[in-house]
Amino acid sequence: MELHEFSLRELRRGLQERDFSSVELTTTLLKRISALNPALNAFVTVTESKALAAAAAADARRAAGEDGPLLGIPMAHKDIFCTAGVRTTCASKMLEHFVAPYNATVVERLAAEGMVTLGKLNMDEFAMGSSNETSYFGPVRNPWHTDMVPGGSSGGSAAAVAAGLVPVATGTDTGGSIRQPAALCGITGIKPTYGRVSRYGMIAFASSLDQGGPMARNAEDCALMLNVMAAHDPRDSTSHPAAASDFLRGLDRPLQGLRVGVPEEFFGAGLDPEVAAAVQTGIAELVRQGATVQSIRLPNNPHAVSTYYVLAPAEASSNLARFDGVRYTHRAANPADLTDLYQQSRYEGFGAEVRRRILVGTYVLSAGYYDAYYRKAQQVRSLIREDFRRAFAEVDVIVGPTTPTPAFPLGAKNADPVAMYLADIYTIAVNLAGIPALSLPCGFTAAGLPIGMQLMGDYFADDLLLNVAHRYQQETQWHRARPSLQAGGA
Amino acid sequence: MAFDQDTVRRTAHLARIALPQTEIPAVAEQLERIMGLVEELRAIDTMGVLTMAHPLDLDQPLRPDTVGNHDQRELLMASAPAAEHGLFLVPKVIE
Repeated sequence: MELHEFSLRELRRGLQERDFSSVELTTTLLKRISALNPALNAFVTVTESKALAAAAAADARRAAGEDGPLLGIPMAHKDIFCTAGVRTTCASKMLEHFVAPYNATVVERLAAEGMVTLGKLNMDEFAMGSSNETSYFGPVRNPWHTDMVPGGSSGGSAAAVAAGLVPVATGTDTGGSIRQPAALCGITGIKPTYGRVSRYGMIAFASSLDQGGPMARNAEDCALMLNVMAAHDPRDSTSHPAAASDFLRGLDRPLQGLRVGVPEEFFGAGLDPEVAAAVQTGIAELVRQGATVQSIRLPNNPHAVSTYYVLAPAEASSNLARFDGVRYTHRAANPADLTDLYQQSRYEGFGAEVRRRILVGTYVLSAGYYDAYYRKAQQVRSLIREDFRRAFAEVDVIVGPTTPTPAFPLGAKNADPVAMYLADIYTIAVNLAGIPALSLPCGFTAAGLPIGMQLMGDYFADDLLLNVAHRYQQETQWHRARPSLQAGGA
Repeated sequence: MAFDQDTVRRTAHLARIALPQTEIPAVAEQLERIMGLVEELRAIDTMGVLTMAHPLDLDQPLRPDTVGNHDQRELLMASAPAAEHGLFLVPKVIE
Protein backbone atom coordinates (compact mmCIF):
# COMPACT_ATOMS: atom_id res chain seq x y z
CA MET A 1 0.00 0.00 0.00
CA GLU A 2 1.23 3.45 -0.83
CA LEU A 3 1.47 6.44 1.49
CA HIS A 4 -1.48 8.23 -0.07
CA GLU A 5 -3.73 5.28 0.79
CA PHE A 6 -2.89 5.15 4.52
CA SER A 7 -5.58 5.65 7.14
CA LEU A 8 -5.04 8.21 9.91
CA ARG A 9 -4.05 5.47 12.32
CA GLU A 10 -1.48 4.08 9.85
CA LEU A 11 -0.13 7.56 9.18
CA ARG A 12 0.28 8.20 12.88
CA ARG A 13 2.12 4.90 13.34
CA GLY A 14 4.44 5.74 10.45
CA LEU A 15 5.19 9.14 11.94
CA GLN A 16 5.73 7.67 15.42
CA GLU A 17 8.11 5.04 14.10
CA ARG A 18 9.94 7.59 11.97
CA ASP A 19 9.17 5.62 8.80
CA PHE A 20 8.53 9.04 7.28
CA SER A 21 8.35 12.61 8.53
CA SER A 22 5.44 14.99 8.15
CA VAL A 23 7.53 16.96 5.63
CA GLU A 24 8.06 13.80 3.55
CA LEU A 25 4.38 12.90 3.76
CA THR A 26 3.33 16.44 2.88
CA THR A 27 5.75 16.55 -0.06
CA THR A 28 4.40 13.24 -1.38
CA LEU A 29 0.81 14.48 -1.30
CA LEU A 30 1.68 17.89 -2.78
CA LYS A 31 3.31 16.06 -5.70
CA ARG A 32 0.22 13.93 -6.10
CA ILE A 33 -1.95 17.05 -6.10
CA SER A 34 0.11 18.73 -8.80
CA ALA A 35 -0.08 15.57 -10.92
CA LEU A 36 -3.78 14.80 -10.49
CA ASN A 37 -5.51 18.06 -9.73
CA PRO A 38 -5.49 19.35 -13.31
CA ALA A 39 -7.81 16.47 -14.24
CA LEU A 40 -9.95 16.58 -11.09
CA ASN A 41 -10.10 20.32 -10.22
CA ALA A 42 -10.63 19.41 -6.58
CA PHE A 43 -8.39 22.18 -5.21
CA VAL A 44 -9.13 25.88 -5.69
CA THR A 45 -5.99 26.96 -3.85
CA VAL A 46 -2.90 24.91 -2.95
CA THR A 47 -0.81 26.38 -0.13
CA GLU A 48 2.47 24.59 -0.72
CA SER A 49 4.92 26.72 1.25
CA LYS A 50 2.59 27.17 4.22
CA ALA A 51 2.00 23.41 4.21
CA LEU A 52 5.71 22.61 4.24
CA ALA A 53 6.28 25.08 7.07
CA ALA A 54 3.41 23.55 9.07
CA ALA A 55 4.80 20.06 8.42
CA ALA A 56 8.25 21.12 9.63
CA ALA A 57 6.65 22.60 12.76
CA ALA A 58 4.77 19.33 13.35
CA ASP A 59 7.99 17.35 12.94
CA ALA A 60 9.64 19.65 15.51
CA ARG A 61 6.78 19.09 17.94
CA ARG A 62 7.14 15.33 17.50
CA ALA A 63 10.93 15.53 17.92
CA ALA A 64 10.27 17.37 21.20
CA GLY A 65 8.32 14.34 22.43
CA GLU A 66 4.78 15.37 21.53
CA ASP A 67 2.36 12.91 19.97
CA GLY A 68 -1.26 13.07 18.91
CA PRO A 69 -3.61 11.31 16.54
CA LEU A 70 -3.53 14.17 14.03
CA LEU A 71 -0.06 15.64 14.60
CA GLY A 72 1.72 16.12 11.26
CA ILE A 73 -1.14 14.69 9.18
CA PRO A 74 -2.11 16.56 6.01
CA MET A 75 -5.68 17.63 5.23
CA ALA A 76 -7.56 20.28 3.30
CA HIS A 77 -10.55 22.49 3.99
CA LYS A 78 -13.65 23.07 1.92
CA ASP A 79 -13.25 26.65 0.69
CA ILE A 80 -16.18 27.75 2.85
CA PHE A 81 -14.08 27.74 6.05
CA CYS A 82 -12.32 31.06 6.65
CA THR A 83 -8.53 30.87 6.76
CA ALA A 84 -6.50 33.89 7.88
CA GLY A 85 -3.91 34.75 5.26
CA VAL A 86 -5.26 32.38 2.60
CA ARG A 87 -8.16 33.41 0.38
CA THR A 88 -11.61 31.97 1.10
CA THR A 89 -13.72 32.09 -2.06
CA CYS A 90 -16.80 29.92 -1.41
CA ALA A 91 -16.16 29.10 -5.10
CA SER A 92 -17.74 32.46 -6.00
CA LYS A 93 -16.56 35.36 -8.11
CA MET A 94 -18.01 37.46 -5.29
CA LEU A 95 -15.23 36.30 -2.95
CA GLU A 96 -12.53 35.51 -5.51
CA HIS A 97 -9.99 37.74 -3.77
CA PHE A 98 -11.35 37.66 -0.22
CA VAL A 99 -8.80 36.97 2.50
CA ALA A 100 -10.55 36.45 5.83
CA PRO A 101 -9.10 38.36 8.77
CA TYR A 102 -9.57 35.33 11.04
CA ASN A 103 -9.67 31.53 11.12
CA ALA A 104 -12.86 29.49 11.45
CA THR A 105 -13.01 27.65 14.77
CA VAL A 106 -12.75 24.33 12.90
CA VAL A 107 -9.60 25.54 11.12
CA GLU A 108 -8.10 26.75 14.38
CA ARG A 109 -8.85 23.55 16.30
CA LEU A 110 -7.40 21.20 13.64
CA ALA A 111 -4.32 23.39 13.21
CA ALA A 112 -3.76 23.38 16.99
CA GLU A 113 -3.61 19.56 16.84
CA GLY A 114 -0.77 19.89 14.35
CA MET A 115 -2.67 19.06 11.17
CA VAL A 116 -1.06 20.34 7.98
CA THR A 117 -3.41 22.18 5.62
CA LEU A 118 -2.56 21.61 1.95
CA GLY A 119 -5.11 24.08 0.60
CA LYS A 120 -8.72 24.93 -0.06
CA LEU A 121 -11.16 22.65 -1.85
CA ASN A 122 -13.57 23.36 -4.67
CA MET A 123 -17.32 23.30 -4.02
CA ASP A 124 -20.61 24.46 -5.43
CA GLU A 125 -20.84 28.24 -5.21
CA PHE A 126 -21.88 29.19 -1.66
CA ALA A 127 -22.61 25.45 -1.16
CA MET A 128 -25.63 25.69 -3.46
CA GLY A 129 -25.62 22.65 -5.70
CA SER A 130 -25.49 18.87 -5.82
CA SER A 131 -22.94 18.34 -8.60
CA ASN A 132 -20.14 20.86 -8.02
CA GLU A 133 -20.97 22.43 -11.36
CA THR A 134 -22.02 25.82 -9.94
CA SER A 135 -18.42 26.59 -8.88
CA TYR A 136 -16.94 29.77 -10.34
CA PHE A 137 -13.71 27.79 -10.71
CA GLY A 138 -15.29 25.09 -12.86
CA PRO A 139 -16.65 21.66 -12.00
CA VAL A 140 -14.86 19.00 -10.02
CA ARG A 141 -14.64 15.63 -11.71
CA ASN A 142 -15.41 12.30 -10.09
CA PRO A 143 -12.17 10.28 -9.61
CA TRP A 144 -14.04 7.05 -10.44
CA HIS A 145 -15.09 8.37 -13.81
CA THR A 146 -14.04 11.84 -14.89
CA ASP A 147 -17.10 12.36 -17.12
CA MET A 148 -19.25 12.09 -13.99
CA VAL A 149 -20.01 14.64 -11.30
CA PRO A 150 -18.52 14.10 -7.84
CA GLY A 151 -21.72 15.35 -6.15
CA GLY A 152 -21.96 18.52 -4.18
CA SER A 153 -21.67 20.82 -2.64
CA SER A 154 -18.55 19.37 -0.94
CA GLY A 155 -17.46 17.79 -4.23
CA GLY A 156 -13.85 18.96 -4.03
CA SER A 157 -13.53 17.44 -0.56
CA ALA A 158 -15.02 14.12 -1.68
CA ALA A 159 -12.93 13.91 -4.86
CA ALA A 160 -9.70 14.84 -3.04
CA VAL A 161 -10.20 12.17 -0.38
CA ALA A 162 -11.29 9.50 -2.89
CA ALA A 163 -8.30 10.25 -5.15
CA GLY A 164 -5.82 10.10 -2.27
CA LEU A 165 -4.81 13.77 -2.51
CA VAL A 166 -5.52 14.06 1.22
CA PRO A 167 -6.46 11.41 3.78
CA VAL A 168 -9.25 13.59 5.23
CA ALA A 169 -11.02 16.84 4.50
CA THR A 170 -13.66 19.09 5.98
CA GLY A 171 -17.06 19.53 4.39
CA THR A 172 -20.35 21.19 5.21
CA ASP A 173 -23.86 19.83 4.85
CA THR A 174 -27.00 21.97 4.53
CA GLY A 175 -29.18 19.51 2.59
CA GLY A 176 -26.80 16.62 1.89
CA SER A 177 -23.58 18.37 0.90
CA ILE A 178 -21.32 16.00 2.86
CA ARG A 179 -23.29 12.77 2.43
CA GLN A 180 -24.26 13.02 -1.24
CA PRO A 181 -20.70 13.62 -2.59
CA ALA A 182 -19.36 11.04 -0.12
CA ALA A 183 -21.77 8.52 -1.65
CA LEU A 184 -20.96 9.47 -5.24
CA CYS A 185 -17.18 9.31 -4.63
CA GLY A 186 -17.14 6.17 -2.47
CA ILE A 187 -15.96 7.68 0.81
CA THR A 188 -17.32 8.05 4.35
CA GLY A 189 -18.72 11.36 5.60
CA ILE A 190 -20.80 12.40 8.58
CA LYS A 191 -23.12 15.35 9.04
CA PRO A 192 -23.07 15.69 12.80
CA THR A 193 -26.02 16.69 14.99
CA TYR A 194 -26.79 20.36 14.46
CA GLY A 195 -24.75 22.28 17.05
CA ARG A 196 -21.86 19.78 17.33
CA VAL A 197 -19.40 21.63 15.10
CA SER A 198 -18.93 25.37 15.39
CA ARG A 199 -20.20 27.49 12.50
CA TYR A 200 -17.92 30.37 13.46
CA GLY A 201 -15.98 31.29 10.34
CA MET A 202 -17.97 28.89 8.15
CA ILE A 203 -19.60 31.09 5.52
CA ALA A 204 -23.36 30.89 6.09
CA PHE A 205 -25.79 29.49 3.54
CA ALA A 206 -28.85 28.51 5.65
CA SER A 207 -27.93 28.99 9.28
CA SER A 208 -30.53 26.69 10.85
CA LEU A 209 -29.42 23.82 8.57
CA ASP A 210 -25.65 24.28 7.99
CA GLN A 211 -23.35 21.87 9.80
CA GLY A 212 -19.67 21.12 9.27
CA GLY A 213 -18.26 17.63 9.41
CA PRO A 214 -15.39 15.35 8.37
CA MET A 215 -15.02 13.42 5.10
CA ALA A 216 -12.62 10.48 5.11
CA ARG A 217 -11.98 7.01 3.75
CA ASN A 218 -13.43 5.22 6.78
CA ALA A 219 -15.54 5.76 9.89
CA GLU A 220 -12.62 5.61 12.31
CA ASP A 221 -10.92 8.50 10.52
CA CYS A 222 -14.17 10.47 10.71
CA ALA A 223 -14.29 9.78 14.45
CA LEU A 224 -10.69 10.97 14.92
CA MET A 225 -11.51 14.21 13.09
CA LEU A 226 -14.82 14.75 14.87
CA ASN A 227 -13.09 14.33 18.23
CA VAL A 228 -11.33 17.61 17.48
CA MET A 229 -13.97 19.34 15.36
CA ALA A 230 -16.88 18.89 17.78
CA ALA A 231 -16.67 21.30 20.68
CA HIS A 232 -18.74 24.00 22.29
CA ASP A 233 -17.80 27.39 20.88
CA PRO A 234 -18.90 30.56 22.67
CA ARG A 235 -18.42 32.41 19.37
CA ASP A 236 -21.30 30.46 17.78
CA SER A 237 -24.60 31.06 19.58
CA THR A 238 -26.03 27.83 18.12
CA SER A 239 -23.11 25.71 19.31
CA HIS A 240 -24.37 23.09 21.77
CA PRO A 241 -22.94 23.10 25.33
CA ALA A 242 -22.56 19.29 25.12
CA ALA A 243 -21.04 19.31 21.61
CA ALA A 244 -17.78 17.59 22.54
CA SER A 245 -17.52 13.83 22.97
CA ASP A 246 -15.10 10.93 22.56
CA PHE A 247 -16.25 9.37 19.32
CA LEU A 248 -13.62 6.61 19.48
CA ARG A 249 -14.87 5.21 22.77
CA GLY A 250 -17.81 3.21 21.46
CA LEU A 251 -16.47 2.54 17.99
CA ASP A 252 -16.00 -1.21 18.48
CA ARG A 253 -19.27 -2.01 20.26
CA PRO A 254 -20.85 -5.14 18.69
CA LEU A 255 -24.10 -4.57 16.82
CA GLN A 256 -25.94 -7.36 18.64
CA GLY A 257 -29.45 -6.14 19.40
CA LEU A 258 -29.17 -2.95 17.34
CA ARG A 259 -32.64 -1.96 16.12
CA VAL A 260 -32.53 -0.88 12.48
CA GLY A 261 -35.46 0.91 10.86
CA VAL A 262 -35.84 0.89 7.10
CA PRO A 263 -38.16 3.65 5.85
CA GLU A 264 -40.57 2.62 3.12
CA GLU A 265 -40.38 6.13 1.70
CA PHE A 266 -36.69 5.65 0.84
CA PHE A 267 -37.31 2.66 -1.43
CA GLY A 268 -40.06 3.99 -3.68
CA ALA A 269 -40.22 5.13 -7.28
CA GLY A 270 -37.14 6.95 -8.55
CA LEU A 271 -34.64 4.75 -6.71
CA ASP A 272 -32.08 3.17 -9.02
CA PRO A 273 -32.36 -0.66 -8.76
CA GLU A 274 -28.59 -1.13 -8.43
CA VAL A 275 -28.52 1.35 -5.54
CA ALA A 276 -31.51 -0.36 -3.90
CA ALA A 277 -29.88 -3.79 -4.18
CA ALA A 278 -26.54 -2.63 -2.75
CA VAL A 279 -28.22 -0.94 0.20
CA GLN A 280 -30.34 -4.04 0.92
CA THR A 281 -27.14 -6.11 0.90
CA GLY A 282 -25.63 -3.57 3.30
CA ILE A 283 -28.60 -3.92 5.64
CA ALA A 284 -28.23 -7.71 5.45
CA GLU A 285 -24.64 -7.34 6.70
CA LEU A 286 -25.91 -5.41 9.74
CA VAL A 287 -28.40 -8.25 10.37
CA ARG A 288 -25.60 -10.79 10.03
CA GLN A 289 -23.83 -8.93 12.83
CA GLY A 290 -26.85 -9.21 15.10
CA ALA A 291 -29.06 -6.23 14.24
CA THR A 292 -32.81 -6.58 13.94
CA VAL A 293 -34.64 -4.86 11.10
CA GLN A 294 -38.12 -3.43 10.93
CA SER A 295 -39.92 -1.40 8.33
CA ILE A 296 -40.82 2.12 9.45
CA ARG A 297 -42.69 5.09 8.02
CA LEU A 298 -41.49 8.67 7.62
CA PRO A 299 -44.74 9.89 6.05
CA ASN A 300 -43.65 13.51 5.69
CA ASN A 301 -40.31 12.73 4.06
CA PRO A 302 -41.79 13.24 0.57
CA HIS A 303 -42.37 16.90 1.58
CA ALA A 304 -38.75 17.46 2.63
CA VAL A 305 -37.47 18.77 -0.70
CA SER A 306 -40.24 21.35 -1.09
CA THR A 307 -39.94 22.41 2.55
CA TYR A 308 -36.21 22.83 2.09
CA TYR A 309 -36.58 24.88 -1.09
CA VAL A 310 -38.61 27.44 0.85
CA LEU A 311 -36.57 27.57 4.06
CA ALA A 312 -33.02 27.28 2.71
CA PRO A 313 -33.41 30.01 0.04
CA ALA A 314 -35.19 32.22 2.58
CA GLU A 315 -32.27 31.97 4.98
CA ALA A 316 -29.79 32.30 2.11
CA SER A 317 -31.41 35.47 0.79
CA SER A 318 -30.97 36.99 4.22
CA ASN A 319 -27.42 35.66 4.81
CA LEU A 320 -26.19 36.70 1.36
CA ALA A 321 -27.56 40.24 1.74
CA ARG A 322 -24.19 41.09 3.29
CA PHE A 323 -22.44 40.80 -0.09
CA ASP A 324 -23.02 44.34 -1.24
CA GLY A 325 -19.92 45.26 -3.23
CA VAL A 326 -18.82 47.75 -0.61
CA ARG A 327 -16.76 46.08 2.07
CA TYR A 328 -14.92 42.94 0.95
CA THR A 329 -16.46 41.53 -2.21
CA HIS A 330 -16.53 41.87 -5.95
CA ARG A 331 -17.50 45.39 -7.02
CA ALA A 332 -18.96 46.37 -10.38
CA ALA A 333 -17.03 48.99 -12.37
CA ASN A 334 -18.53 52.46 -12.86
CA PRO A 335 -21.84 52.18 -11.01
CA ALA A 336 -24.31 55.04 -11.63
CA ASP A 337 -25.22 55.34 -7.96
CA LEU A 338 -25.18 53.38 -4.72
CA THR A 339 -28.18 51.19 -5.59
CA ASP A 340 -26.62 50.44 -8.97
CA LEU A 341 -23.39 49.52 -7.18
CA TYR A 342 -25.27 46.94 -5.07
CA GLN A 343 -27.35 45.60 -7.95
CA GLN A 344 -24.56 45.32 -10.53
CA SER A 345 -22.04 43.90 -8.06
CA ARG A 346 -24.52 41.24 -6.95
CA TYR A 347 -25.51 40.35 -10.50
CA GLU A 348 -21.87 40.02 -11.59
CA GLY A 349 -20.57 38.44 -8.37
CA PHE A 350 -23.17 35.67 -7.96
CA GLY A 351 -23.61 32.79 -10.40
CA ALA A 352 -26.99 31.81 -11.85
CA GLU A 353 -27.93 29.21 -9.23
CA VAL A 354 -27.07 31.49 -6.32
CA ARG A 355 -29.09 34.32 -7.87
CA ARG A 356 -32.00 31.93 -8.38
CA ARG A 357 -32.01 30.89 -4.77
CA ILE A 358 -31.77 34.47 -3.54
CA LEU A 359 -34.77 35.34 -5.71
CA VAL A 360 -36.79 32.38 -4.42
CA GLY A 361 -35.90 33.30 -0.84
CA THR A 362 -36.74 36.95 -1.36
CA TYR A 363 -40.05 35.97 -2.91
CA VAL A 364 -41.19 33.58 -0.16
CA LEU A 365 -40.31 36.13 2.51
CA SER A 366 -41.98 39.05 0.74
CA ALA A 367 -45.21 40.62 1.95
CA GLY A 368 -48.28 38.58 1.01
CA TYR A 369 -46.39 35.29 0.56
CA TYR A 370 -44.80 34.82 3.98
CA ASP A 371 -47.68 32.84 5.51
CA ALA A 372 -48.38 30.79 2.42
CA TYR A 373 -44.79 29.62 1.98
CA TYR A 374 -42.38 30.43 4.78
CA ARG A 375 -44.69 29.87 7.74
CA LYS A 376 -46.20 26.82 6.09
CA ALA A 377 -42.76 25.31 5.45
CA GLN A 378 -41.77 25.92 9.08
CA GLN A 379 -44.87 23.95 10.14
CA VAL A 380 -44.08 21.08 7.80
CA ARG A 381 -40.55 21.12 9.21
CA SER A 382 -42.13 20.35 12.60
CA LEU A 383 -43.98 17.41 11.07
CA ILE A 384 -40.76 16.08 9.55
CA ARG A 385 -39.05 16.27 12.93
CA GLU A 386 -42.02 14.49 14.55
CA ASP A 387 -41.66 11.63 12.05
CA PHE A 388 -38.11 11.07 13.25
CA ARG A 389 -39.10 11.39 16.92
CA ARG A 390 -41.70 8.66 16.47
CA ALA A 391 -39.27 6.45 14.55
CA PHE A 392 -36.50 6.76 17.12
CA ALA A 393 -38.89 5.60 19.84
CA GLU A 394 -38.81 2.23 18.09
CA VAL A 395 -35.40 1.97 16.42
CA ASP A 396 -31.82 3.01 17.13
CA VAL A 397 -30.72 3.80 13.61
CA ILE A 398 -32.51 4.40 10.32
CA VAL A 399 -30.85 2.97 7.21
CA GLY A 400 -31.48 3.71 3.54
CA PRO A 401 -29.77 4.91 0.38
CA THR A 402 -27.90 8.23 0.50
CA THR A 403 -28.85 9.13 -3.07
CA PRO A 404 -31.47 7.91 -5.55
CA THR A 405 -28.85 7.25 -8.26
CA PRO A 406 -25.08 6.86 -8.58
CA ALA A 407 -23.01 9.73 -10.02
CA PHE A 408 -24.57 11.25 -13.13
CA PRO A 409 -22.74 12.75 -16.14
CA LEU A 410 -21.52 16.35 -16.05
CA GLY A 411 -24.15 18.61 -17.55
CA ALA A 412 -26.96 16.06 -17.26
CA LYS A 413 -29.11 18.10 -14.87
CA ASN A 414 -28.00 21.64 -15.60
CA ALA A 415 -31.00 22.64 -17.65
CA ASP A 416 -33.51 21.85 -14.93
CA PRO A 417 -32.90 23.13 -11.39
CA VAL A 418 -35.71 20.97 -9.99
CA ALA A 419 -34.16 17.74 -11.37
CA MET A 420 -30.92 18.71 -9.59
CA TYR A 421 -32.77 19.43 -6.32
CA LEU A 422 -34.20 15.90 -6.34
CA ALA A 423 -30.66 14.47 -6.09
CA ASP A 424 -30.97 15.31 -2.37
CA ILE A 425 -34.34 13.64 -1.84
CA TYR A 426 -33.00 11.25 0.85
CA THR A 427 -30.62 13.63 2.62
CA ILE A 428 -32.63 16.81 3.18
CA ALA A 429 -35.03 15.69 5.93
CA VAL A 430 -32.06 15.04 8.22
CA ASN A 431 -30.98 18.69 8.02
CA LEU A 432 -34.52 19.96 8.59
CA ALA A 433 -34.73 17.85 11.76
CA GLY A 434 -31.12 18.60 12.80
CA ILE A 435 -30.26 14.95 13.48
CA PRO A 436 -26.92 13.31 12.55
CA ALA A 437 -26.46 11.12 9.46
CA LEU A 438 -23.54 9.35 7.82
CA SER A 439 -22.88 7.99 4.35
CA LEU A 440 -20.58 5.04 3.77
CA PRO A 441 -19.72 2.98 0.67
CA CYS A 442 -21.77 -0.22 0.29
CA GLY A 443 -21.08 -1.35 -3.27
CA PHE A 444 -20.59 -0.44 -6.91
CA THR A 445 -22.77 -0.31 -9.99
CA ALA A 446 -21.97 -2.54 -12.95
CA ALA A 447 -20.38 0.54 -14.53
CA GLY A 448 -18.01 0.84 -11.58
CA LEU A 449 -19.57 3.80 -9.77
CA PRO A 450 -19.70 3.83 -5.95
CA ILE A 451 -22.97 3.47 -4.03
CA GLY A 452 -23.57 5.02 -0.62
CA MET A 453 -25.62 3.77 2.30
CA GLN A 454 -27.00 6.32 4.74
CA LEU A 455 -27.27 5.83 8.50
CA MET A 456 -29.47 8.30 10.40
CA GLY A 457 -29.55 8.62 14.18
CA ASP A 458 -31.37 10.48 16.92
CA TYR A 459 -30.02 13.79 18.27
CA PHE A 460 -26.47 13.31 19.57
CA ALA A 461 -26.30 9.69 18.40
CA ASP A 462 -23.33 10.59 16.16
CA ASP A 463 -21.22 8.10 18.12
CA LEU A 464 -23.70 5.29 17.37
CA LEU A 465 -23.59 6.04 13.63
CA LEU A 466 -19.78 5.94 13.65
CA ASN A 467 -19.92 2.71 15.65
CA VAL A 468 -22.30 1.02 13.16
CA ALA A 469 -20.25 2.25 10.20
CA HIS A 470 -17.00 1.08 11.80
CA ARG A 471 -18.35 -2.39 12.53
CA TYR A 472 -19.68 -2.61 8.99
CA GLN A 473 -16.25 -1.63 7.65
CA GLN A 474 -14.55 -4.29 9.78
CA GLU A 475 -16.43 -6.94 7.81
CA THR A 476 -16.63 -5.37 4.34
CA GLN A 477 -14.11 -4.06 1.83
CA TRP A 478 -16.08 -1.44 -0.10
CA HIS A 479 -14.35 1.44 1.68
CA ARG A 480 -10.95 0.06 0.67
CA ALA A 481 -11.62 0.25 -3.07
CA ARG A 482 -9.67 3.03 -4.83
CA PRO A 483 -10.15 4.61 -8.23
CA SER A 484 -7.35 4.10 -10.73
CA LEU A 485 -6.00 7.47 -11.78
CA GLN A 486 -3.31 8.44 -14.19
CA ALA A 487 -1.35 11.62 -13.72
CA GLY A 488 -2.03 14.34 -16.25
CA GLY A 489 -5.50 13.17 -17.26
CA ALA A 490 -7.83 10.26 -16.96
CA MET B 1 -49.45 29.99 -9.87
CA ALA B 2 -47.89 32.39 -12.33
CA PHE B 3 -44.40 33.59 -11.79
CA ASP B 4 -44.58 36.30 -14.42
CA GLN B 5 -41.87 38.64 -15.62
CA ASP B 6 -43.13 41.53 -13.49
CA THR B 7 -42.84 39.38 -10.38
CA VAL B 8 -39.26 38.52 -11.35
CA ARG B 9 -38.45 42.20 -11.85
CA ARG B 10 -39.99 43.20 -8.53
CA THR B 11 -38.27 40.37 -6.65
CA ALA B 12 -34.91 41.10 -8.28
CA HIS B 13 -35.25 44.71 -7.21
CA LEU B 14 -36.00 43.65 -3.60
CA ALA B 15 -32.93 41.38 -3.72
CA ARG B 16 -30.80 44.14 -5.28
CA ILE B 17 -29.81 42.03 -8.26
CA ALA B 18 -29.65 43.80 -11.63
CA LEU B 19 -31.08 41.10 -13.89
CA PRO B 20 -30.73 42.13 -17.54
CA GLN B 21 -34.00 42.23 -19.47
CA THR B 22 -32.75 39.44 -21.74
CA GLU B 23 -32.46 37.00 -18.82
CA ILE B 24 -35.85 37.68 -17.28
CA PRO B 25 -37.97 35.26 -19.35
CA ALA B 26 -35.65 32.31 -18.62
CA VAL B 27 -35.44 33.18 -14.92
CA ALA B 28 -39.24 33.50 -14.74
CA GLU B 29 -39.57 30.02 -16.21
CA GLN B 30 -37.06 28.51 -13.76
CA LEU B 31 -38.65 30.19 -10.76
CA GLU B 32 -42.03 29.03 -11.93
CA ARG B 33 -40.72 25.45 -11.92
CA ILE B 34 -39.21 25.84 -8.45
CA MET B 35 -42.38 27.38 -7.05
CA GLY B 36 -44.28 24.56 -8.74
CA LEU B 37 -42.23 22.07 -6.70
CA VAL B 38 -42.96 24.00 -3.53
CA GLU B 39 -46.66 24.39 -4.30
CA GLU B 40 -47.52 20.96 -2.88
CA LEU B 41 -46.91 22.29 0.63
CA ARG B 42 -50.17 24.21 0.51
CA ALA B 43 -52.20 21.01 0.49
CA ILE B 44 -50.67 19.68 3.73
CA ASP B 45 -52.87 19.96 6.80
CA THR B 46 -50.86 21.95 9.32
CA MET B 47 -53.73 23.15 11.48
CA GLY B 48 -52.40 23.68 14.99
CA VAL B 49 -48.83 22.64 14.08
CA LEU B 50 -46.17 24.81 15.69
CA THR B 51 -43.60 26.41 13.42
CA MET B 52 -40.03 25.16 13.71
CA ALA B 53 -37.34 27.71 13.14
CA HIS B 54 -34.47 25.74 14.58
CA PRO B 55 -33.48 22.14 15.31
CA LEU B 56 -32.51 22.52 18.96
CA ASP B 57 -34.84 23.87 21.61
CA LEU B 58 -32.10 25.61 23.51
CA ASP B 59 -31.91 28.81 25.46
CA GLN B 60 -29.28 31.09 24.04
CA PRO B 61 -26.36 30.82 26.45
CA LEU B 62 -24.73 34.06 27.50
CA ARG B 63 -20.96 34.28 27.45
CA PRO B 64 -19.07 36.24 30.09
CA ASP B 65 -19.25 39.97 29.44
CA THR B 66 -15.55 40.55 28.87
CA VAL B 67 -13.68 42.49 26.24
CA GLY B 68 -12.56 40.06 23.54
CA ASN B 69 -12.24 42.04 20.34
CA HIS B 70 -9.46 44.41 19.66
CA ASP B 71 -8.90 47.10 17.07
CA GLN B 72 -8.50 45.30 13.72
CA ARG B 73 -9.50 48.13 11.45
CA GLU B 74 -6.67 47.73 8.94
CA LEU B 75 -7.05 43.96 8.80
CA LEU B 76 -10.82 44.20 8.36
CA MET B 77 -10.49 46.76 5.58
CA ALA B 78 -7.74 44.93 3.71
CA SER B 79 -10.22 43.21 1.35
CA ALA B 80 -12.23 46.39 0.60
CA PRO B 81 -12.64 46.98 -3.13
CA ALA B 82 -12.23 50.75 -2.62
CA ALA B 83 -11.11 52.55 0.53
CA GLU B 84 -9.47 55.82 1.49
CA HIS B 85 -8.39 57.25 4.85
CA GLY B 86 -9.77 54.14 6.58
CA LEU B 87 -13.23 54.56 5.03
CA PHE B 88 -15.10 52.52 2.41
CA LEU B 89 -15.63 54.49 -0.80
CA VAL B 90 -19.05 54.39 -2.46
CA PRO B 91 -20.66 56.55 -5.17
CA LYS B 92 -21.97 59.89 -3.96
CA VAL B 93 -25.35 59.44 -2.22
CA ILE B 94 -26.30 63.09 -1.61
CA GLU B 95 -25.77 65.64 -4.38
